[in-house]
Amino acid sequence: MGRFLARRLVLTLPVLLGVATLVFSLIHLIPGDPAQAMLGEAAPQSDVEELRRQLGLDRSLVEQYAAFLGGLVQGDLGTSLRTGLPVTEQIVERMPATFELAAAAMLVAILFSMPLGIAAAVRRGTVVDHAAMTVSLAGVSVPNFWLGPLLAIVFAVELGWLPVSGRGTWAHLVLPAVSLGAALAAILARMTRATMLEELREPYVQAARARGVSTSRAVMRHAFRNSLIPVVTLVGLQFGAVLTGAVITETIFAWPGIGRLLIQSIGFRDYPLVQGCILLIALTYVAVNLVTDMLYGVLDPRIRYE
Amino acid sequence: MTKVGAAIVLAAILAALAGPAVMPFNPSDQELALRLEGPSARHWFGLDELGRDILARVLVGARISLLVGLIVVGVSSTIGTLLGSIAGYFGGVVDEILSRLMDILLAFPGLLLAIAMVAVLGPSLTNVILALSLIGWVGYARLVRGQVLRARELEFVQAARALGASIPRILGQHIIPTALPAVTVQATLGMGGAILAEAALSFLGLGVQPPTPSWGTMLSYGRAHMLEAPHLTIFPGIAIAVLVLGFNFLGDGLRDALDPQARKQT
Repeated sequence: MGRFLARRLVLTLPVLLGVATLVFSLIHLIPGDPAQAMLGEAAPQSDVEELRRQLGLDRSLVEQYAAFLGGLVQGDLGTSLRTGLPVTEQIVERMPATFELAAAAMLVAILFSMPLGIAAAVRRGTVVDHAAMTVSLAGVSVPNFWLGPLLAIVFAVELGWLPVSGRGTWAHLVLPAVSLGAALAAILARMTRATMLEELREPYVQAARARGVSTSRAVMRHAFRNSLIPVVTLVGLQFGAVLTGAVITETIFAWPGIGRLLIQSIGFRDYPLVQGCILLIALTYVAVNLVTDMLYGVLDPRIRYE
Repeated sequence: MTKVGAAIVLAAILAALAGPAVMPFNPSDQELALRLEGPSARHWFGLDELGRDILARVLVGARISLLVGLIVVGVSSTIGTLLGSIAGYFGGVVDEILSRLMDILLAFPGLLLAIAMVAVLGPSLTNVILALSLIGWVGYARLVRGQVLRARELEFVQAARALGASIPRILGQHIIPTALPAVTVQATLGMGGAILAEAALSFLGLGVQPPTPSWGTMLSYGRAHMLEAPHLTIFPGIAIAVLVLGFNFLGDGLRDALDPQARKQT
């Protein structure tokens, strides 16, 4: 077990280095002089030179790369061009809001998808199954940047039940979480149905039924518990989609998280902050994937010996 | 559902090709006196914030969405198939390098890398297509690599090798065709994904720039008028959802038809 976990951890290191390298190279993809692009065409040459020096762009590429990695190891991601504050400080300040939204969206997705997927599997081939799967396919197809404003119009403006935007009480969380969680709910419902169908065919479920166990008990206590392993993995793997979706949802609902910070910093051409946000989201994604992978190994011993 | 999906996709292609030609309104013509007017017999989808016909703009927007989907899927599936088959066939160091590159790109969630690339390259349709293609090939390469690993041990492939067939011939004539059904399914589902991604980037102001009509841009501008003129948001949103749903139905149907194993499970 220890060897399996250690191996997974070591395999992640080159990916982390690759992610950092790609994020480092972003600033060098800017057409022309990055410092000029950040300050605008009208900026005086002295300001451009000063910014080049401040960002270390006057040094060789190798020196810049070494400084970037060195800073990263110490948690130093540079300074925001707009506010003059450390990038790490601004990101850490916004992190709780994004994680709160992501967790709420995943909870909404799980609460909606599980009953839908189970009902579709148990009533396979019936109207219930077709309706559940059509709804879930529609859920994947509806963009969250459309669903969000529609939900706001109905539940915030027309009915006045929930706030339109911002963060504060649990009521502020409902609309962003539902709009972000809808697509994940759709994917999870399809996965739950597929894994439930497989489990329902297994001999142990039929044996339980033959022993006189009721249908609902055979479904919930036996088939559903075992079908959870791949579903849990999918929840972990879909965390990345939730984080990306959060960029849009936070923009729509003025949710003060990292996604909104990213879009704002793109607008201000605050590239150190853009790099910091991208890096943090990617690193979080890698970490969640690693934990999911390890958890899968713990839950299913066959994975450890592959 | 496959037929419904095919019908939606076909209707969207026809509307995108013929629609703007038969429409009595130009997507950039303005009737400022009637700005934000709701749907009517003359303007079926109503008028936008600058008094432009929304139906005409949705139809031109369909061209952009389909064009982005086609180019992104075409480029990424070609590159992905090529690199995936090279990695799978040659194995060893080549496979190791390509697989690590794929791992790094897959470490970025979905749209994030596209957002980052467009942020530094500058917002434009070309940069959106470039960013989505550069990221999109990884999924195809992973898929094809797996298929090639299986196919290269098949008897007819070994027979071709024994007969002295060249590597490009073995790959092109014998191995890659075995991966094509799976690539076709992924490409169909990928069309929906690319259309959604372009709309999302345009919505964030990072994609197609005004005055060119794009569904994402229309949604973004419509949001400011959601209270007094919800039709600005409703019609482009329905267009995106229906077209993506069409591709998802079609992709799902194709998977069932081409992969009986998947049909058994779903």
